[in-house]
Amino acid sequence: MENNKSLGKQIWKNRWNYLFLAPTIILFTMFTIYPVIASWVISFYNWNGMEPLNDFVGASNFIKVATDPGFWKAFKNSFIYMLGVVPIQLSLSLIAAIFLNNPKLKGSTVYRTLLFLPVVTTTAVVGIIMAFIFGTYNGVINELLLATRLIKQPVNWLGSANTAMAIIITVGIWKTFGYNLIYWLAGLQSIPGELYEAAKVDGASSRQQFRYITVPLLKPIAIIIILLAIIGSLNVFDLVKVMTGGGPAYATDVVATYIYRYAFSTEKGIPRLGFASAAGVFYGVTTMLIAIIQGALMKNANRERADYQL
Amino acid sequence: MNKQSRYYEKITHIIFTIICFAWVYPFLWMVFTSFKTEEEMFAGGLRLLPSHFNFGNFIRAWEQANFSIYFWNTVIVTVVGVLITIFLTSTSGYTLGRYNFPGKKFFIGTVMVMMFMPKGYTIIPTFELIRQLGLLDSLAGVILAQVGGVNTMGVLLFMGAFSQIPKELEEVAKLDGASYPRIFWQIMLPMVKPIIATVSIFQFMSSWNDFFTPLVFTLGKPNLRTLGVGMYSFIGEHSTDWVGMAAAASISLIPIIIVYMCLQRYFIEGIAGAVKG
Repeated sequence: MENNKSLGKQIWKNRWNYLFLAPTIILFTMFTIYPVIASWVISFYNWNGMEPLNDFVGASNFIKVATDPGFWKAFKNSFIYMLGVVPIQLSLSLIAAIFLNNPKLKGSTVYRTLLFLPVVTTTAVVGIIMAFIFGTYNGVINELLLATRLIKQPVNWLGSANTAMAIIITVGIWKTFGYNLIYWLAGLQSIPGELYEAAKVDGASSRQQFRYITVPLLKPIAIIIILLAIIGSLNVFDLVKVMTGGGPAYATDVVATYIYRYAFSTEKGIPRLGFASAAGVFYGVTTMLIAIIQGALMKNANRERADYQL
Repeated sequence: MNKQSRYYEKITHIIFTIICFAWVYPFLWMVFTSFKTEEEMFAGGLRLLPSHFNFGNFIRAWEQANFSIYFWNTVIVTVVGVLITIFLTSTSGYTLGRYNFPGKKFFIGTVMVMMFMPKGYTIIPTFELIRQLGLLDSLAGVILAQVGGVNTMGVLLFMGAFSQIPKELEEVAKLDGASYPRIFWQIMLPMVKPIIATVSIFQFMSSWNDFFTPLVFTLGKPNLRTLGVGMYSFIGEHSTDWVGMAAAASISLIPIIIVYMCLQRYFIEGIAGAVKG
């Protein structure tokens, strides 16, 4: 009783706090908590979005997802995209950041601004522009390669299964490169300059400085950068949707376009929202597990190295 | 030694200039193609600049291809989205950053759990929710679906910034008889202007560039399309009008490029700050 009263009093005392928090709590509950829970619930139903949600089918949607070769193809493609984008993008952006971090290099702000530009532009629009630049006829890339006689006939870059994914990966690297450049620059700038000065006095070469100062001190931020890059690229949708729609013959189909097809597109007939939700949950859990395992491995590697250095 | 380092600097500049030119080439191509005629574009080969600047493609995209509608839809969605986000994140960040009250830890814990929870396919229930609210055929539905989930990163940024402000400030204000909302509005909010800028820029970028949410919400409703979705349907409907397509793309991208060029320092500092914090 006593406790209740004091709780009531406390709540009354904090009424302004609750009032300020109320809009956020209400909207957060409606548009974040509810959709996440509901998407899990829907995945156990057979549902087309028009009838009431009453056809409970247990785990059957998940079994259908796990046994659909189309899903695994999209799953594989998502990982191909990620493995194509992340290592190249992160290493190139780190190299660029090291050069641009040099305070003596005049104009580095201009380079930084231009390299970041693709990040701020609408992926859907940029993807369409890129589809034209890589177009078969009159596309800039083909014109350039024909003019320099590197190819004899125009190549249908986005229309053939062999090249379409490589092109999407290239555009993907270009589009989000700027994020990682800025992240690396932020990381490099957090390293105190005196460390390099001291190393120079001791006669360390620039390679040694990179190996023994830059690498270990960048590690904590590198883990975050790598995780963000992996998660972002595993959820690619806009670029693939506008450039190839997952084609040709599903050669570039990723999980996000695969799910979209079952939920919203008419090409698969009646919407299968339960199935689409199950695929979303399944993929979400899988990618989270990968992130956890990767995070643990990197932490481990860090610790081993620390032990070794001691 | 000095001569050598100057030599290296020159090489660095040359390499970066080439890379940067290639980097922004798609945008240059887009802008210059928007001014070309159909014939010039087909005959021109690798020539970047148009023989003369004609605005016919822009007029066609703006008027006939409805890009005026898409443009204003995008402006409304973005401006309202930014305002709602700033309102939600600053008020909640303020209480969470400066006060202790029952339930606070529970709320922060829930937000954290939701951040790391696998989301499934949340657009489906969100769509249902908007439909039940009767907002399916309005821009309000698109906006709510985009920003209703609350920009968690924004809340955390405001929380951090507000918690740094010394306690004495509001105690003095309280003695002067200022009310809670007035302290927030007149004393506290002006002190976190950089955070307002950062969160606004992030939200601006994500609202202006969002494709997925407006795509799902405007299926079969051409009047509600935003620029990205309009562009996507444009290539479906007018697939042969390449120069019109380039003009439409310019209409979509030039505004955000101008905003970025003017505020580039804030963009880059905001992004850098987000990963540091």
